[in-house]
Amino acid sequence: MIAPNRATNLPDDQRIVITGLGLTSPNGNDWNSFRQSLLEKRSGVQPYEIRYFGKTLAGICDFEQTRYQTRKDLRRGTRAGSVGVYCANEAIKHSGIDWDNTDKSRVGIYVGVTEHGNVETENEIHVIKGFDYDTSCWSHHHNPRTVANNPAGEIALNMGITGPHYTIGAACAAGNAGIIQGAQMLRLGECDLAIAGGTSESIHTFGIFASFNSQNALAIHDDPTKASRPFDVHRNGIVVAEGGCLYTLERLSDAKARDAEIYGELVGYAINTDATDFVLPNPERQAQCIQMALGRAGLTPDQIDIVSTHATGTSSGDSQECIALRSVFGDSKHTRINNTKSYIGHAMGAAGSLELAGNLPSFKDHVVHPTINVDEVDPDCHLDGLVINEPQESQRVDYILNNSFGMLGINSVVIISRF
Amino acid sequence: MTPAEIRDEILDILEDISPDEDLDNLDDEKAFRDQLELDSMDFLDIVMELRKRHRVQIPEEDYGNLASMHSTVTYLEPKMKDIVK
Repeated sequence: MIAPNRATNLPDDQRIVITGLGLTSPNGNDWNSFRQSLLEKRSGVQPYEIRYFGKTLAGICDFEQTRYQTRKDLRRGTRAGSVGVYCANEAIKHSGIDWDNTDKSRVGIYVGVTEHGNVETENEIHVIKGFDYDTSCWSHHHNPRTVANNPAGEIALNMGITGPHYTIGAACAAGNAGIIQGAQMLRLGECDLAIAGGTSESIHTFGIFASFNSQNALAIHDDPTKASRPFDVHRNGIVVAEGGCLYTLERLSDAKARDAEIYGELVGYAINTDATDFVLPNPERQAQCIQMALGRAGLTPDQIDIVSTHATGTSSGDSQECIALRSVFGDSKHTRINNTKSYIGHAMGAAGSLELAGNLPSFKDHVVHPTINVDEVDPDCHLDGLVINEPQESQRVDYILNNSFGMLGINSVVIISRF
Repeated sequence: MTPAEIRDEILDILEDISPDEDLDNLDDEKAFRDQLELDSMDFLDIVMELRKRHRVQIPEEDYGNLASMHSTVTYLEPKMKDIVK
């Protein structure tokens, strides 16, 4: 039965479609190379060293920073801003939009972030430590670098965008939350084009490594490429990554009017809250979030072809998400389930949007990339449809459901339909 | 530091602040702003770098002395003459 609120029953000016994307991931700086890395099981995790904490592992991006920014821009701004500028410019280019003739006051920027300001604050403290904590040596750049809208504002400055810009702070659910915010603003008529998704500069703050380590949730492995191993019985934590993925979202009516190539339609989404713990997830609330997104899309679980999991490689987080997934998809024999963090680590605010981007090509190539590094599935993480270590071909992929969850119990789900 | 050494130091700071600019043809008599893309935050960087590198304090009311290379060196000479490079 088709639910009355099914997105595809909406008028075209309320239907939201993806018309372009730009990304940088630890294993690829454009959509094609990222996808190729996933199909070829290429990890982006490397040895890494950061002040105070020392040697660890991380997902590190190597995009060309000066493609869209001067060296002065880079000096003045933040890594998150730079990631965003790269992704936004790449997304506009990919979308084929006539950018020169686009009304920049009708463009909105909605960037999901897990955190912002830690990197820049740690840097300044490190600097003034060299001056016996003389705060007169604290940079005047600190405030514009650390205001919470910085990662979106740098995009606006770089591209001359005068519509709304802000970040959506949603812990590790932020990538999906950015997409959802963009869609909502398009539906409200607040903008005609949304640049939306998520970014992360988190590998440049020692605090995130130290905090995960103190929580016994930081991954270690002799082989960096095997450190991120969601669902494996020997998983031992998170690999922190940087990255970004921003989409151009448009109303279907506008996309059709300019004859845009459409990469998928946002047919369902949901955000809810556990309200049970600072860090431990609540599978019941996660399942409710997934069900809410399915309900809004007018879909049943067995209609979902691919579930892109959030699992980060922590002991309890992965097994709790699997409880939620079994409760929703337990009878969906057709649904395939995968994980992208196993390749790139946890890209924090970018995770949701990057992991979705990794799966979207399945609409065309009908291949489901696997979760890698699973030598022995944890019995607590058993999922019938889990695609392990080798890509699987599928006859048809119509719907992808993307999970992204975060601390303080924020859950986000988006469902994208083949168009 | 001699006036020539102070000039070199300012050039070094400008290279940090404006890494995309060609400073080879800088005219010492012309205002920095007429030759380089410098805004108020950049001028604060000059003040900050002098403070960090040499503990030279420049009060806000003196910022006008940093208009050109010549006026900057002239202003800094008494403040930096005892600094050993």
